[in-house]
Amino acid sequence: MNKTLLIIKREYFSRVKKKSFLIMTFLVPMLIIGMYALIFALSMNGGDNIPTVEVIDESGIFEKAFDDKKAVNFEISELSLTEAKKKVINNEDAFVLYIPKDISIGGSIEMFAQKKAGLSVISTIERELNDQMRIKLLKDAGIDSETLDKIKPNLSVVSKELTVEGEKDSSSGAAMAVGFAAAILIYMSLFIYGIQVMRGIIEEKTSRIVEVVISSVKPFQLMMGKIIGIGLVGLTQFMLWIVLSASLMTLASTILFKDKIEQVKSEMPMNKQMEAVSTNGPGMDIVKAVQTVQWTYILPVFIIFFLGGYMLYSALFAAVGSAVESDTETQQFMLPITLPLLFTYIMSFSFIVNNPDSSLSFWLSIIPFTSPIAMMVRLPFGVPNWELALSIFLLIGGFIFTTWVASRIYRVGILMYGKKVSFKELGKWFMYKE
Amino acid sequence: MLSIRNIVKQYANHRALDNVSIEVEKGSIFGLLGPNGAGKTSLIRIINQITAPDHGEIFLNGEKLNPTHVSTIGYLPEERGLYKKMEIGEQMLYLAQLKGLSKSDATAKIKFWFEKMEIQSWWNKKVEDLSKGMQQKVQFIATVVHNPELIILDEPFSGFDPVNAQLITNEILELNNKGATIIFSTHRMESVEQLCDSIALIHKSKKILDGKVKDIRNLYRNNSYRIAFKGSINTPTNQMFSINNEKIEDGITHLTILIDPKFSVNDLLNFLIPQVQITELSEIIPSMNDIFIQNVKN
Repeated sequence: MNKTLLIIKREYFSRVKKKSFLIMTFLVPMLIIGMYALIFALSMNGGDNIPTVEVIDESGIFEKAFDDKKAVNFEISELSLTEAKKKVINNEDAFVLYIPKDISIGGSIEMFAQKKAGLSVISTIERELNDQMRIKLLKDAGIDSETLDKIKPNLSVVSKELTVEGEKDSSSGAAMAVGFAAAILIYMSLFIYGIQVMRGIIEEKTSRIVEVVISSVKPFQLMMGKIIGIGLVGLTQFMLWIVLSASLMTLASTILFKDKIEQVKSEMPMNKQMEAVSTNGPGMDIVKAVQTVQWTYILPVFIIFFLGGYMLYSALFAAVGSAVESDTETQQFMLPITLPLLFTYIMSFSFIVNNPDSSLSFWLSIIPFTSPIAMMVRLPFGVPNWELALSIFLLIGGFIFTTWVASRIYRVGILMYGKKVSFKELGKWFMYKE
Repeated sequence: MLSIRNIVKQYANHRALDNVSIEVEKGSIFGLLGPNGAGKTSLIRIINQITAPDHGEIFLNGEKLNPTHVSTIGYLPEERGLYKKMEIGEQMLYLAQLKGLSKSDATAKIKFWFEKMEIQSWWNKKVEDLSKGMQQKVQFIATVVHNPELIILDEPFSGFDPVNAQLITNEILELNNKGATIIFSTHRMESVEQLCDSIALIHKSKKILDGKVKDIRNLYRNNSYRIAFKGSINTPTNQMFSINNEKIEDGITHLTILIDPKFSVNDLLNFLIPQVQITELSEIIPSMNDIFIQNVKN
C-alpha cells in the first residue's frame, strides 16, 4: 500500500508540476470568464455599434416621444423623404424611419436602409412606436397623463419547484445548462485523463522502465497508482477551475454591477435589492440564475460520477496502453471504448434532454458505461434518490469489474514486446494464470 | 542462497522453462547462459517475481520466495529504461523508495553512489539529456542502491563502451567481495570466464549444463595441446597424435594437436625430445565459448 502511495505521488506531482497543467488551470477559467463577459457585454449593449435612426414624422404624433434606447438612437430629421432616401443610398450606416401622415388610420411605417436592420433594432422600434401610439390613443380617449404614468405593470413568472421540504426557487434554464456543462465536462475529461493514463503506460512500456518498477511492486499496484494519481490530477484541475472561476466571476460582477448595486442600495430595503438589480439588466439575470442552481447537490454528484466514470474508463484505457507499443497502434482498441461514450453523448443531447423520465433515459443513467454522462443530463430534471444511489452503486461495481479485467490484460501486456496484438490475443492474456 | 527447483513456465503454445533446477551459492558470481529465446529472461522474471511459475518453487536463503524479498534483490533488465522527463536524482529516489528504502536513507545512498561514479552534477538533469552510456550508469546505480543481497544483471555490458564496461565489472567484483551474490546472463563468454564461479546453460527451455566454470572446462578437455619447437619432426607411425593446425613463424613450428587417449603427454615428450628443441607445451582447455557452441549446436 505504501508503495502504491509512492506511485500515486509520482504520477500526481510529475503532472501537476508541468507547465501545461498550470496553463490549463488558468486558461480555462479565463475562457469561462471571457465568455461570460462577452455574453454580458452583448446583452448590455446589443452589439458594438448602435445605429442611429433618422425619423421623418409627417404625422406629428411621435415628434417628441422618442427616447434613445439601448439598441437604437433616434434623431428627428428635417429632411424630406426623397432627400433622406438619397442619404441612405450614399451612406451604408444610415437608417431612415418614415412615418406617413395617415398613420393614425392604419397606414404602414417604412424603414429604409442599405442593409436589413437587425431583429433587435426592429423590435425596439416597433415596441417604441406601439407604446407611443397606445399612449396617444389612450390620451385621445380621455385618460390623463398622470393616470397613464401609474399604470405600468411589470409582471414576470417565477418558477418554483415543489418538493416535500417546501418550495424552492428554480431556474430550470440555468440548472439545465449546468447539467449539460457537467455532462460535456465528464465526456471530455474521460477522454483527456483516460488518454493520459494510456500514454503514461505506453511511455513506461516503450522506455522499458516498467520492468524495473514491477520488480519492486505488483503490476496491479503500478496500474492503480497511475489511475488514481491521474484521477487526482483531474480532480485538482476541476477544483482549481471552480474556485478560480467562482472568484473571478464574483470579482467581475462586483466591478460591472457596482454602480447599479449602490444605486439600488440607497433606494431600497435589503431584501428587495437582488430582485431589483435583476430587473435592471439581462446580465444580472445570468448572475441570479447561476445563484439558483443547487451547487451543493450538483457538485458532489458531478464529482462522484466523474470519478466513477473515470475509474471505469481509465482502466480500459490502461489495458489498451499495456497492449500496444505506440499511440498509432491504439486505434483498433479505442473503438469499443469510444463507442459507448459517443453513443451516450449523442443520446444525451438528442433524446434524454427531451425525455428525461423515459425508460431509455432511465437505463442509460443506470448502466455504468453510460451513466456518468446520462445522469448529469437527467439531473436538472430531478432524479429520485434511489435511482441516483442505484446508479452510483452500479458504477462502483462497474469500475471494480473493468479494473479487474484490465489488470489481467495489463500484467501480461506490459511485458509483451514486438507482437501485433489482436482482441483474441487480449482474451488469451486475460485467461492466463498468475 | 538461491535454490530454483523444477521450474516450469508454460505460455500458450510454447514452454519457456521445462523443469529447470539451479542452485546458486552464497557469495558467488553465477552466469546464466543460453542462446536468445532459451528462457533466461523468463527465469529471471520468475526470480524477480514479475511472473510466477506454473510449477516448481524458488527458495531464497531457505525461505520460499515472497514479496518481502523484493528489497533484497536488485535487478538490471536487459532492456534498460528510465522515465525520460524525470530528473535523475528524483528518479533514483523514487526507484530506491519502491525497493523499500526510507527517503533519507535513499538520499544518502544515492549521494554515495553518485560520488563514487563521479556523477554528482547529474542530480537535476533529465534522463533524456544523458547519453545512452550515461543512462546505463544511472540504471546500474538504481539496481544496487538498496544494497541487495542478490543482484541479477541481464546482459549488463550491452551498450557500454570498454571503459565503462570495465568500470561496471569492477563495481560488480567489489559488490561481490562485500558479500553480494550475483547472477548475470550474458552472451559474452570471455566475461563469463573472467567473472563467473559457476554457470548454468539453458537451451530450448531446458538446463543442459551447470556447475563450476573450472569443472566444466576440465570436463570438456579433449587432450588437445599446443606445442612449439625448433626443427622438424617425423610423422609418428603409431598414430600417437593428429595435427589440427600448423604454423611456422621465425623458424619455430606451432602445432595444435590432439593426443590419442591411449597415450600420455609424457609419451609425446619422449617422442619429441630426441628430434626437436621444445619451446612450449600447454594443454588447451576449451573456452566457455567453445563449450557453449558445442552444446547449443548438438
